[in-house]
Amino acid sequence: MRVGLFIPCYIEQFYPQVGLATARVLERYGATVEYPHGQTCCGQPMANMGCSGAARPVAEHFIDLFEDYDYVVGPSGSCVSMVRHHYDGLVKDRRRQEKLCKKTFELCEFLHDVLEIRHLEGRFPHQVGLHQGCHGLRGLGLGSPSERMVPHFNKVRSLLESLEGIRFSQLERPDECCGFGGTFSVSEEAVSCMMGQDRLRDHLRAGTEVLTSVDMSCLMHQEGLLRREATAGSGSGHEGKGLAMRVMHVAEIMVESA
Amino acid sequence: MKHAQAAAEFIADPERAHWHDQALWFVRAKRDKAAQAVPEWEQLRQVASQIKAHTMGQLADYLEQFDARASALGVVVHWARDAGEHNRIVLQILQQHQVRHVVKSKSMLTEECGLNGHLEQHGIEVVDTDLGERIVQLRGEHPSHIVLPAIHIKKAEVGELFHQRLGTDAGATDPKYLTEAARQHLRQEFLRADAGITGVNFAIAETGGFVVCTNEGNADLTASLPKLHIACMGIEKLIPRARDLGVFLRLLARSATGQPITSYSSHFHGPQPGGELHLVLVDNKRSEILASSDFGRALHCIRCGACLNTCPVYRRSGGHSYGATIAGPIGSTLNPSHDPGAYPTLPYACSLCGSCSEVCPVKIDLDHQLFTWRDRLVRQGLVPWWKRVSMRALGLVLRSPNIYRLTGWLTRNVGRHLPRWLLYNRLNVWGRQREIPPLPKKTFAELYAERGPVASRGTQSQGEGSQLDEGRRLGESGAGEADRENRDVQ
Repeated sequence: MRVGLFIPCYIEQFYPQVGLATARVLERYGATVEYPHGQTCCGQPMANMGCSGAARPVAEHFIDLFEDYDYVVGPSGSCVSMVRHHYDGLVKDRRRQEKLCKKTFELCEFLHDVLEIRHLEGRFPHQVGLHQGCHGLRGLGLGSPSERMVPHFNKVRSLLESLEGIRFSQLERPDECCGFGGTFSVSEEAVSCMMGQDRLRDHLRAGTEVLTSVDMSCLMHQEGLLRREATAGSGSGHEGKGLAMRVMHVAEIMVESA
Repeated sequence: MKHAQAAAEFIADPERAHWHDQALWFVRAKRDKAAQAVPEWEQLRQVASQIKAHTMGQLADYLEQFDARASALGVVVHWARDAGEHNRIVLQILQQHQVRHVVKSKSMLTEECGLNGHLEQHGIEVVDTDLGERIVQLRGEHPSHIVLPAIHIKKAEVGELFHQRLGTDAGATDPKYLTEAARQHLRQEFLRADAGITGVNFAIAETGGFVVCTNEGNADLTASLPKLHIACMGIEKLIPRARDLGVFLRLLARSATGQPITSYSSHFHGPQPGGELHLVLVDNKRSEILASSDFGRALHCIRCGACLNTCPVYRRSGGHSYGATIAGPIGSTLNPSHDPGAYPTLPYACSLCGSCSEVCPVKIDLDHQLFTWRDRLVRQGLVPWWKRVSMRALGLVLRSPNIYRLTGWLTRNVGRHLPRWLLYNRLNVWGRQREIPPLPKKTFAELYAERGPVASRGTQSQGEGSQLDEGRRLGESGAGEADRENRDVQ
């Protein structure tokens, strides 16, 4: 099984350890991982803004790089959702697009649905606050969103739950958006930051020690707010006594717990 | 005004913004509870969505059927192409009856058409009789929410308003006392009125009847005390059969406020004895919107307000930040459909979280429509040039691996060495309240290549763990160095 490793641009540049953890998790569960060089981005920032003309060549480039793999797996619900839901009509060749969409998966989704893993080996004796990235939750259907009256399920949580010693925070708003939203985080800065701060308050109240998500972008936003709080708290422009909680991508938890 | 700017002004009073968010989240939670109690909830949504799709597919036929049946019941049916024609028709009916004083129950359509202002211009006094609407009317405002028009106003503010306008005790905040005062005030208005205007929640093609849902019973008094009743409805309010009504009544109140049903669901089949009943069917661009394969489904909306209550942006920015009659996700797609040039920022007032589409009782693909709107707005040149240019530039960087690598390298290596005051400059909007992400020395691609042949073998090796730790350490040390630099500067 040849898996093309899809590392979103901001993870490649800012969070390389998340990419490495993803590769390692996939390898541990038997996938032959290849990282196609020349990767850039899935095109989401431009598409989100409505600039499909600018997004198109980026999406075409993505298909060129990845279409020959058996599977394409990436550590981001949002970027995978972009490929799966928004390439239709964006790229020229519909047949190629459909083929690619069917084999592109978010990491936990791939572990759960394709490799059919139900149990992770390892120990993680911490209280984890699971942030449900909206595109993973509602876009990819990684879990049942709180709005829907369907039997409850959550693929990410059920995987993490199998780790020894792990506990989960009981949140007041289990799947409210953190306000990242790509370009939204800048174009609607005030609302975006208030949303993020509200999420963090919910986690602090619930006693979250480790904040995690399938989406590093949501975490980048929330970590940015946390680090600013720590910076401001120290009163000196550099980070003071550390963050109120650790921030880890789910792949990092899977590696650290093993 | 741009939504983002109006939202920032709303949030500038954080206490009020949090209060607003929590009040509406409470309604959303009540909705969840009510929906959970209906085992067939998702089926109901599906059926409702299908009934609406079916009706919209042959709306012209159903409208003609409705006109014929309603007329047979003695209703005088009028057709209005747009808001202006609607206002003219209503005014004409009122003038023919020498009406000076009108009571009105809640109708977002008459808000959309600006009826109150039009009637007042012609010397007719209009009193809104829904408590929330009366409050916003007395304040000279418009509703900020389609179901809860005065949700943005606090009890104390209502107390002050009533003290000034209705003569209640100064400083009173007890909701019971204030509601009772409003009730006595409105009673007089009902008795004084020469005509009553109501909206329509559902009109039934098969019977020619229509239904108005309220919690205060004000529509019943509006429609039954004066002898002249005018009902105004958008053409999308139609459903085919009486038996379809149950599906929507079960969904409406649960989605709106978490009640099993509204306190009053009043059915009208023709005028009261000795009275007159006029019904104005309003298009106002609806048939044009209906023809759009992207945005036509927005007309399935039954105005429950659930998408507003669940929207994390609406809750934190308030209804008035949308600058339109209909706020929230549904407004953000409907308003540009009416006039894209007037509302170009509304589709961007959305983090694309998708909660609205999941909560919608008729399954409108709201978040998808807002995503599609952005594309249309860019095509129509309605997005600021600098946004389009910056996206085109980003697109150029991201379509070429070499330029991407170079840009990434520059960002990380220059950013890491910039003093804090320069890095967090005025143009760094991200950095106003947030730290920028760590800027590691090496990218994933570089670290992955350093892992050696392990990568392509698909097996684990002893050295691999340390490579990973190396990556983490390097990633962190990048940020650490930046911090050290910052410290030096400070």
